[in-house]
Amino acid sequence: MKKRYKMVDLDCANCAAKMEDAIRKIDGVNDVSVSFLAQKLTIDADESRLDDIMAQVVKTCKRVEPDCTIVL
Amino acid sequence: MNKKQKRMLLRILLSAALLLAAVLLPLSNFPFLRLAVFLIPYGVIGWDVLWRAIRNIAHGQVFDENFLMALATVGAFFTGEFPEAVFVMLFYQVGELFQSCAVDKSRKSISQLMDIRPDYANVERDGQLVQADPEDVAVGDVIVIKPGERIPLDGVVLEGSSTINTSALTGESLPRDAAAGSDVISGCVNLTGLLRVQVTKAFEESTVARILDLVENSSSKKAKAEHFITKFARIYTPVVVVAAVLLALLLPFFIHVPWTESVHRALIFLVISCPCALVISVPLSFFGGIGGASRQGILVKGGNYLEALANTETVVFDKTGTLTQGVFNVTAIHPDQCSERQLLELAALAESYSDHPISRSLREAWGMELDRNRVSDVEERSGKGVCAQVDGVPVWVGNGKLMDEIGVTWHPCHKVGTTVHVASQGTYLGHIVISDQVKPDAAQAIKDLKAAGVSRTVMLTGDTAAVGEAVAAELGLDEVHAQLLPADKVDQVEALLKEKSSKGTLAFVGDGINDAPVLSRADVGIAMGALGSDAAIEAADVVLMDDKPSKIAVAIRIARRTRRIVLQNIVFALAVKLLVLFLGAAGDATMWAAVFADVGVSVIAILNATRALKIK
Repeated sequence: MKKRYKMVDLDCANCAAKMEDAIRKIDGVNDVSVSFLAQKLTIDADESRLDDIMAQVVKTCKRVEPDCTIVL
Repeated sequence: MNKKQKRMLLRILLSAALLLAAVLLPLSNFPFLRLAVFLIPYGVIGWDVLWRAIRNIAHGQVFDENFLMALATVGAFFTGEFPEAVFVMLFYQVGELFQSCAVDKSRKSISQLMDIRPDYANVERDGQLVQADPEDVAVGDVIVIKPGERIPLDGVVLEGSSTINTSALTGESLPRDAAAGSDVISGCVNLTGLLRVQVTKAFEESTVARILDLVENSSSKKAKAEHFITKFARIYTPVVVVAAVLLALLLPFFIHVPWTESVHRALIFLVISCPCALVISVPLSFFGGIGGASRQGILVKGGNYLEALANTETVVFDKTGTLTQGVFNVTAIHPDQCSERQLLELAALAESYSDHPISRSLREAWGMELDRNRVSDVEERSGKGVCAQVDGVPVWVGNGKLMDEIGVTWHPCHKVGTTVHVASQGTYLGHIVISDQVKPDAAQAIKDLKAAGVSRTVMLTGDTAAVGEAVAAELGLDEVHAQLLPADKVDQVEALLKEKSSKGTLAFVGDGINDAPVLSRADVGIAMGALGSDAAIEAADVVLMDDKPSKIAVAIRIARRTRRIVLQNIVFALAVKLLVLFLGAAGDATMWAAVFADVGVSVIAILNATRALKIK
């Protein structure tokens, strides 16, 4: 299932690319796109485990860019 | 500028003043005091970079730009280049600030282009007019749209008449008329009169919500150039950093330079090692191109489609509804025995009880009220025509087969289309030609495509070969394949896909109603006349909001321009970076040049990328 989230303070384009790479490696994520320009995260993930996956996504983003937050 | 950016500007000014003071102070005899004086502006401008560098290292982010910048400047302090260290950091922050402002600005101009979201709807509730959020309005509710207001939801007009400006959706400046019974589309602006409209779609299903969704989503479908850049960025930074380390360690063994010099050259490498200019400017160019196209009423669903459009080599058209209007009109009246008016009136009267599209177009061409009392004994001959008594006189209206059946000598028409023959009392009176009309801009559209470098234009049609070839000749198309069933169209497109060169792409243009399989099979599926058609918006990669084929060439031009800008940015950024890397290794580049190669190039690339937004 596809979901979209807004991101706040995503300030660097390279970080967005790094986040995208890291999130793609999370188990249960089929596809992901982090748009620096739209400040949006589009994720296609296993719906039954969405909460669990999103928790990992948030953690991953914090690791790459601690200033950036995902509005869940 | 937002609050964060203003605060940064203050820090920059303060630090610049302190740096100037530090440079002017006569402290060359007191090295430690001098260091302390330079550390003040450095701290003011760079504390957050240093802090983030330490924090991100703890998170395992080694090739983080903050870390690289921190390393480069701290290194410069160690090699005794105090003013350079502060200046590099200062200039880095100036560049970052500039970058963030430029990106904000283009973001804003794109959202302005897409400023079609209605703020409120005036809903009639219990006889009162209430302002409500469009999302809270249900299907079947009645809304009132005053002159000057944006239509909040799709619906059908119950009362009132007005003109409607669709330019925000279609790029078309000519307003449309709306009266009771006509459909209105959300996102358009009501210009002159008050309209009472019954809502037919909930907000999330409405045209405006679909378009916004599509444009916002478009940045998630990335172009090949974007993938290339992210991949490149992943390799570039580590390679440059490793090269810097090698340079610092090994250079003194090969040429006669002191360690400080080799470290200095390595620091120059570190400053250039961030691939930011590319990583920002490439998606920004595509974003701008998509935004600029949407202003023209051309919705592109992703950077990848814009890229494919730029390589268009073959354009395949559906005929009816795409190149032609899909409406049948009387195009010629050729009487043998009577006047044109008499012939048309007779035909329209005889056909007045029929609901066949041809009968309808005959009645439309006549244009006046028909007195059906003059008609009696109507008899439909399936597949041939009708015979009826008009004013008590028998009249036959139909095709050649009908004429043969009643034994009247008739002659075919030189004009292409459906020919309707008329006979009365055993005499042939003449014929009327009905055909689908070519869109006014269709011929220009083909010419524009040719000028844009499209090498092959093909038309597919279910119509007869004669009609197809006539249209193709009129418009100057290269090829036509007629009498195709929907499944044959897919086969034709498959064959054409095989014939094109490997680099070129094939675009299929249809009205999106019956051609979903072909739209998805082509490299780029373009649906036109999509204003109000959900199926077309779903099926296609590129959606033309109005039904003008000339927009295809516009879309290709925008795509080419965007591709050119992307290419310029990639080549420019890489060339400057490589040049400075090379000079740096040779000892001919200063720290200043390195900062320019990093942030300066970024800013220039971003400014260039914002050009993609502007469409001539």
